[in-house]
Amino acid sequence: MAATKTRTSSFSRNPSLLNSSHTSPGLKYGPNGSIFVSSGIPDLDKILGGGFPLGSLVMIMEDAEAPHHMLLLRNFMAQGLVHSQPLLYASPASDPRGFLGTLPSPVLSKDDKLRAHDSEQEKGLRIAWQYKKYFGEQQPNLGAQQDCKHEYCSDFDLRKPLERHFLSGQQISCVSIQDLVNLTSFHEHCSAFLNQIQRNDDCTSCIGRIAIQSLCAPQCGYSNMDWGMLSFIRSLKSMIRSSNAVAVISFSPSLLLPAFCKRWQHLSDILLSVKAIQDEDKELAKLLTGYQDMVGLLNVHKVARANTQVPVILEATTFSIKLQKRRYLTLECLNQAPVDGASGTSYATSGSCSGSSKTGALDF
Amino acid sequence: MNQTRNLLDDALDLNNNNNGGQVVVIEDCIETSGALGCNLAMQRESERFHFLDMLSMHCPDEEEEKLCEGGLVSLYEKIQKAVEVSSSTEGNKNSVTIMIDDISLVEVAANVSSNHVSDFLHYCLTLTSDFGCTLVILSHEDVYSSMEKPMLILQMEYLADVLIKTEPLAIGLASDIHGQVSLLIYFLTVVNRGRYEKRSLKTKTSNFQFKIRDNNVECFYPGSQT
Repeated sequence: MAATKTRTSSFSRNPSLLNSSHTSPGLKYGPNGSIFVSSGIPDLDKILGGGFPLGSLVMIMEDAEAPHHMLLLRNFMAQGLVHSQPLLYASPASDPRGFLGTLPSPVLSKDDKLRAHDSEQEKGLRIAWQYKKYFGEQQPNLGAQQDCKHEYCSDFDLRKPLERHFLSGQQISCVSIQDLVNLTSFHEHCSAFLNQIQRNDDCTSCIGRIAIQSLCAPQCGYSNMDWGMLSFIRSLKSMIRSSNAVAVISFSPSLLLPAFCKRWQHLSDILLSVKAIQDEDKELAKLLTGYQDMVGLLNVHKVARANTQVPVILEATTFSIKLQKRRYLTLECLNQAPVDGASGTSYATSGSCSGSSKTGALDF
Repeated sequence: MNQTRNLLDDALDLNNNNNGGQVVVIEDCIETSGALGCNLAMQRESERFHFLDMLSMHCPDEEEEKLCEGGLVSLYEKIQKAVEVSSSTEGNKNSVTIMIDDISLVEVAANVSSNHVSDFLHYCLTLTSDFGCTLVILSHEDVYSSMEKPMLILQMEYLADVLIKTEPLAIGLASDIHGQVSLLIYFLTVVNRGRYEKRSLKTKTSNFQFKIRDNNVECFYPGSQT
């Protein structure tokens, strides 16, 4: 049956969502008629094969010890505002609007972003024993300064707050989920937000972003309604799937029952988790290079397969979160430190090169 | 390509008696996907595809249990109607497959009443004997493995004629091999010994590794992929 068909893919979909003549910088067209939206982190877009597909539900599993999920949320939200995309932000804080003041500003000049390696390359012969690190830098540096609005994914300077003109005159909706007894009103809010997006004819603003922080936080009134929360996520997923929007939800797995945590994870299209790295962890310092610069670890558990059944197999699923010059968020593959010839323990501890999600975070 | 059909079909066709209906339960976890399940069933399905969207299926609040039961009832009625229509027009009863993707969504949609969900399953099961269609249920094993009383999944495993479990490879990720699948097939053997028949329930286990392609799923014995 399937063998007789000559098509390469079972799916053929017309990218008729947006007129191709109005190519918006906030969108990228991918294979199989998929449309991507940037996550705000260039490295993450590369890892995921383009970005977050339109209509997908992204879940981030938080680590109670460190607020790294906020970095991901901030960049996601800031990217949307830079592209004038409507944003709905919900958090358990009593005044979620205040969070907008912490969003990072895009870097306008490429000169600031020149990597330190460029200057090193002139030094002469270097032994590149971790050669994969250098593949990315072969790309030519764009000489002309590009307006950040025309870039698909901007580099964000975490030390500089987002300029006011990005925040004013935009469709930004902030909701506090702290005092909600149940999620019905919030569900209606999301529904209204998504309906509003579809009615807009203007291309640049017809992509919406929903960012929900710490959905299962204990201070929320509905937090013990396990099935209620699950039901909300299910209906949000169905609304998102048929709309031009992407939703990012962060939650803490330790606050949910294990069975429910698994159900939440199954509902996601893209599943990420962040983990804190303890300071002065000597064992980890021995095992990895660049340990001192690492802020945390990002694990990619699930990647959405847009319009195809073939799963995405990543080269690595665990990445280190680093802040370059304390400003720019980068994700790097983990590189093993050179083995000390005297002790053979490193070989014993290092398992397979790519992470298996069954094992712990340190086992990569 | 042909090899795929041979391995899986051989395994699954073992129970293809004239009565038709089989119940197939497919269990997956987060690392492997249910896409395998859909692919397996699609290989044997007829051209017509009736799709009932369970994501948007609406059931009222927990307080109104009767209405919520009604949600499942209406879902069942839709399924029954679709099956009746397909089998009457097709003329070939054995080619209809009901695929439930996935049962945990039905649970969420039904707002937790797992009694109602298991009733719903039993009703769907009656369709297999009435119309001779195949019932394929996708479930997530890791959701239930951490529960104390995983009633629903135990019931499903009990009712199943074929149990397919997909797991990731124990060694980690690989681009050639997407996971491993184990099939457990229960079948009755009837031995005619003159005056009486002897029936016994036997099981057959098969283990394959698989790779998911766009159009199909390729299954092969471990180590035989070239």
